[in-house]
Amino acid sequence: MSTAARSSWLRELIRKPFFWGLIAIVALLALNVVKDPNYLAFSVNPTNGNLVGNLIDILRASAPILMIAVGMSLVIATGGIDLSVGSVMAVSGAVSMVVMKDAGQSGSLGVALGAMGLALLVSAVLGAVNGVLVAYVGLQPFISTLIMMLAGRGIAKVITEGQNTSASNEAFRWIANGFLVGVPVVFLFAIAIVIVVGLVVRRSALGLMIEAIGINPKASRMAGIRPSGLLLTVYILSAVLAGVAGIMSVGTVMTVDVSRTGYQMELDAILAVVIGGTSLSGGKFSIGGAVVGALLIATLDKTIVFLGISSSATPAFKAIVIVVLCLLQSERVRSWFVQRRKPPQGRMTSSLAPVKQENQEVTA
Amino acid sequence: MTAVQTPRVDSSAEASAVSKLVERVKRVVSSNPSVLPTVAAIVIFVGMVIYGEVAYGRIVQYNTLSNLLINNAHLIILAVGMTFVILTGGIDLSVGSVIALSSVAGVMLANAGWSPWLVMLLMVLIGTAFGLASGILIQYFNVQPFIATLAMMFLGRGLAALLSTQPERLADDSPILWLGEQFKVIDGEKVNDVVVTPGVIIALVVVLVAFFLLHRTRTGRTVYAIGGSESSSALMGLAVPRTKVLVYVISGTLAGLAAVVYTSRLGIAQNITGIGWELDAIAATVIGGTLLTGGYGYVLGSVVGALVLGLMNVLITRDGGIPPEMTTIITGGILLVFVLLQRAVTSKRHT
Repeated sequence: MSTAARSSWLRELIRKPFFWGLIAIVALLALNVVKDPNYLAFSVNPTNGNLVGNLIDILRASAPILMIAVGMSLVIATGGIDLSVGSVMAVSGAVSMVVMKDAGQSGSLGVALGAMGLALLVSAVLGAVNGVLVAYVGLQPFISTLIMMLAGRGIAKVITEGQNTSASNEAFRWIANGFLVGVPVVFLFAIAIVIVVGLVVRRSALGLMIEAIGINPKASRMAGIRPSGLLLTVYILSAVLAGVAGIMSVGTVMTVDVSRTGYQMELDAILAVVIGGTSLSGGKFSIGGAVVGALLIATLDKTIVFLGISSSATPAFKAIVIVVLCLLQSERVRSWFVQRRKPPQGRMTSSLAPVKQENQEVTA
Repeated sequence: MTAVQTPRVDSSAEASAVSKLVERVKRVVSSNPSVLPTVAAIVIFVGMVIYGEVAYGRIVQYNTLSNLLINNAHLIILAVGMTFVILTGGIDLSVGSVIALSSVAGVMLANAGWSPWLVMLLMVLIGTAFGLASGILIQYFNVQPFIATLAMMFLGRGLAALLSTQPERLADDSPILWLGEQFKVIDGEKVNDVVVTPGVIIALVVVLVAFFLLHRTRTGRTVYAIGGSESSSALMGLAVPRTKVLVYVISGTLAGLAAVVYTSRLGIAQNITGIGWELDAIAATVIGGTLLTGGYGYVLGSVVGALVLGLMNVLITRDGGIPPEMTTIITGGILLVFVLLQRAVTSKRHT
C-alpha cells in the first residue's frame, strides 16, 4: 500500500512540467558542490542573526526574475509576449533613483515610498501603452513590446540624462539588502507578491478567462469574456511587476545603470516560463512552474559566474537552454519519443496540435 | 534619389511636371493599392530632404548624399534581408547580435593573421549558420519566429561576449579596411564630391540581386505566396518548407555581409555592436511599405526606408537640440506610426 502510494505520488511529480526544472536545479547545485564541497553550507552571521550562504544568495537573486516570470506567464497565457520587461525595469530603476537623488540624500521612508510609487506608476503607464496597442489597436504583441523594449531603454536614458545615477536611502536599500528573521526581505517580498497574484488568478475566474483568450479569442468573446480589458490588465500587471523587479535590482547597488539594468531580462522571463512547462503558444499557465523556472535561472546565473565564466556570456547558455526546451515542446521531437515508447497516448499529442493556427489568430 | 537632384526649372513648367507625376502615381496606386505605403515612404523621404535643406541647409549636395549611402550601407543590406523574412510573415530579431558576433570573430581572426578573404568569407558564413539554425527551428520544429530568432539573438550576443568584451581593433594595414575606403567618382568643389566605397557597391549589388530574386523568379513568388497564406501555398504545391528556411538563411547571410561592410568602415568591433539594429531593419522594412503580416512589400521600399532612418539621424545630428538618447525613442515612435498606418490600410482593405 505504502509503496504504491509513494510510486503514484512520484509519478504525479514526474508528470508535472516543472519536474525537469527541479532536476536541473539539483544538477547545477551538485556541479557547484563538486567544485566546492562547502557550497551548500549555511551559517548564521553572529552579529545580526542573518543567514548567509550561497543558497541565500540564489534566493536573493531570484526575486526580480520571479517578478517578471509571473507577469510574463500571464502575458504568454493570453497568447502574447512582453519583450519590454527588461527596459521597464531600467525605467523604473531610473525613475526611483532620480526621484531619490532630487529629494536630497535624506534617508526618510517617505522619500523611498514616493520614489517606488512613482516608479511603479510610470511602469504601469508603459504597460498600459503596450496593452492598448495589443488589445484595442490590435497590433501583434511582439512588435508593440519590441518597440517598447528599445524605446524604453531610451526613455530610461532620457530620465537620467544618459548617466548612471546613484542615490542613497536606507529604507529603499533595506528592501533589496535587508533581512527579516534571517531571510532576505527581497525574497519574502517576491514570494508574497507571487502568492497574492497566484491566489487572485486561481481563486477567481480571472486565470480561466486569461487562458480562454489564449486558446481562442473569438470563442471566448462569444462566451461573454471581454478580451480587451483583460489583455490591458495583463500587460499593465506585467509592467508593474517588472517595475518591482527594477526597484529590487537597483536597490541592491543603489545605482541605475541605464544600459545594463534589466538588460536581456526578457530572455530570463521567457526562459522561466518555458521551464515552468507553459507552452509559448498560450492558453495555459502555471505560477508554480514560473517559480521553479525563476529559481533555476538564478541558480544557473550563479553557477556560471561560480565556474569562472564571464557573466556577459550567460545569455549564450540560456539561449541554448531555451532552444532545447522549445525543441522538446515541438510536435516533431515528441513524436520521436512517442514512436519509441509506444504507450497508449492520445492525450499528450492532442494538447500540442493546434499550436500554430491559434497563435496566428491572436497576433493577426 | 533622382527626383531630389533634378535641377530647378521655372515655376510653371515645374508645376505641370509635378501634376503630371502626381497623376501617374495616382494611376499606379489605384491599379495596385499595395504600393501606397511605398509611395508614402518616398514622399516622406523627399519631404525630409526638403525640410532638411530648408531648415539646416547642406543636405542636397554630393557629399551629404554619398555619406548617407556610405554610413547606411550595412542598414540597407540588413533591411533587404529583413524584407524577405517579413514578406513570409516571419521576423528576424537576431540580425544585430549576428553582426556583433561576426565582426568580433572576424577582427580577432584577422588580427591572428588569417587571410583576409577567408576571414570575410567566415564572417558571412557565421551569419548563414545562424540563419539556417533559426530557419530549421521555425520550419521543422514549429518554434515561433520571434522566439527562435530571439534565442539566436541572445546566443550571438553571448558568444560575442565570450570571445571578447573589449573593443577589438583591426590593424591599420588590414586589407579588410579596403572595403571601407572611399573613392571619388565626381570631383566637386572643395569636399563636395561624389564618393563611394566598395561597401556601398556591395549594398547596391545586394539590392539588385534581391530585386531580381523577389520579382523575377519562382522563389520570389513563393516568398510572397507564403506571406499571403502559407497553407494555400502548400496546397498549391509550392516549395514552402525550403523557401521558409531559405528566407532566414538569406537574412542571416546578409547580416554577416553587413558585418563585413560595417567592420570595414569602422575598423573596430565590440560585443555590444549592433544593439537595436534589428529594430532599425524592421523599421526600414515597415516604413518602406512591407506589411508585418507578410505578403505585400517591395525591396526598393525597404531601401528607401533605410535611407529615411539614415536621413533622420543626419537631421537629428544637425538639429543638435535633440539628445542622442532620444534616437531609439524616435525610431520606435516612427515604427509605431507606420505599423498603425498599416493597420488602418489593411483593415480598410478587408471591409
